[in-house]
Amino acid sequence: MNRLTVMRRLDTRLLLLALPALVFFCAFWLLPMARLAQVAAGGPRGIAAYAAVITDANYFSSLVSTLLLSIAVTLVTLVIAGIAGLFLGRNTFFGKRVLVSMLTFPLAFPGVVVGFMVIMLAGRQGLIGSVTDTLFGYPLVFAYSMAGLFLGYLYFSIPRVILTVMAAVEKLDPALEEAARSLGASPWQVLRDVVIPGLKPALISAGAISFATSMGAFGTAFTLATNINVLPITIYTEFTNYANFSLAAALSLVLGMITWIALAIARTLAGSTVAAAA
Amino acid sequence: MSLRSRSRFIAQLAFTVLVCLFLIVPVVLSVLAGLSQNFFIGIRSGLTLRWIVEVWSLYADTIFLSLGIALACLAVTLVLGVPIAYALARKPGRATRLIEELLVLPVAVPGLATALALILFYGEWRGFRGSWTFILVGHVLFTLPFMVRSVLAVMAAIDLATLEEAAASVGAGFVQRFLDVIIPNARGGILAGALMVVTLSVGEFNITWMLHTPLTKTIPVGLADSYASSRLEIGSAYTVVFFVMIVPLLIAMQWLSRDRKAPKMLVDEA
Repeated sequence: MNRLTVMRRLDTRLLLLALPALVFFCAFWLLPMARLAQVAAGGPRGIAAYAAVITDANYFSSLVSTLLLSIAVTLVTLVIAGIAGLFLGRNTFFGKRVLVSMLTFPLAFPGVVVGFMVIMLAGRQGLIGSVTDTLFGYPLVFAYSMAGLFLGYLYFSIPRVILTVMAAVEKLDPALEEAARSLGASPWQVLRDVVIPGLKPALISAGAISFATSMGAFGTAFTLATNINVLPITIYTEFTNYANFSLAAALSLVLGMITWIALAIARTLAGSTVAAAA
Repeated sequence: MSLRSRSRFIAQLAFTVLVCLFLIVPVVLSVLAGLSQNFFIGIRSGLTLRWIVEVWSLYADTIFLSLGIALACLAVTLVLGVPIAYALARKPGRATRLIEELLVLPVAVPGLATALALILFYGEWRGFRGSWTFILVGHVLFTLPFMVRSVLAVMAAIDLATLEEAAASVGAGFVQRFLDVIIPNARGGILAGALMVVTLSVGEFNITWMLHTPLTKTIPVGLADSYASSRLEIGSAYTVVFFVMIVPLLIAMQWLSRDRKAPKMLVDEA
């Protein structure tokens, strides 16, 4: 048996091993997605359905509010989780393990449960409401609105970003900061010029994941109120309440493109390390 | 420690504790609500298991269905995922990266889109549409990339070709090599992937909500139901049941990742 035959046999074997997963993927994802694209273009608007998210004022406002919400969630999460993650990655102290396991627990919560956590905090019988009622005689209730959704997506994203930042901090080279300090840099300068650039790949990838989940998430909004004006809810309503299949299909494909592009850009910017993170 | 760096330490610690409280206080509240007679009155009203019992009588079937789907999903992702991970690890290159990218698409694209696509394509097949296997398909699409990546990460770090050559030189055929050499060497990745698959499947909502029928409700679907229609105590008790189910999975995951550091569970869904 010569070398070429051996190679060819290996290739055939590898192809056979990969085949079941590829067949499954084609049958249950690629083909259905192709149908989705076809249905999207086959409605009364034709191919223009894809542009409806920009041309139709209702969908456009839904898109804009979803984008603004997701950007705000991403930025606030990066600041909060950046501070906490940097602190936890840098310091060892009594009780740190307890704090870290508290952060890990909510990672497994589905969006519906996150929504319920928001209701527990800011709902009609929530903590914030009863505290403000006792203090000011007026219960502050904001769970069932965009503000509640914002809180829910923070709840969802913060633990993920903290753990990513912690892992990245442990890989930073302390000698660089030492050098910056010995050259007379202030703590703020060290943070701005050494630490944050070092964490940039982790921050970009974690931020992209937080953005993409906030754009496409459905469970939290669904639990809080079904009339919050975000794109996933709009798509759901078009599909189930109005049986407007082509428009729901077009909007969900546009939404999918946005989240996919956000993740792809982050991967390019942050280098190959993000590949393993997603 | 100087006074300044000490006060900086304390400020950062306080901030981090506040963040943890934000995450944990609602969990504690829902446990209290699920176990107290009347949440509005508080613990003073007395502790009880009656809400848990009520959840069991209302939603026991969702718990069994979720466990069944999670185990079936694990079986399918093992059978599909481990072989393809091996194939990808043995032949790194452009085609391999493309396949990896493709497999991740159901995670990168919102579950809503995947679910709509499945309904539009297979909705006419009534028997399939109404069965739990329809939900299983959605869960496999969503969890398969996690299994593949987890196994691939481990396999890429070991020298498969040399291991296999050694095994082949003592006369082991491919099946024997795969089962006795490759799988045992990749077991860390397989185990981590398995835990992730089960955890994600038990919590999956975005796809499942669209694919479920009144007869095929999983735990997250039941939770959404109870939040919308039951009193707060029942929704809370149901949430407590969910917590109790995922805690062992999370502990196992943490224990497993202790010697491998990087947190793996980064993307899922809201």
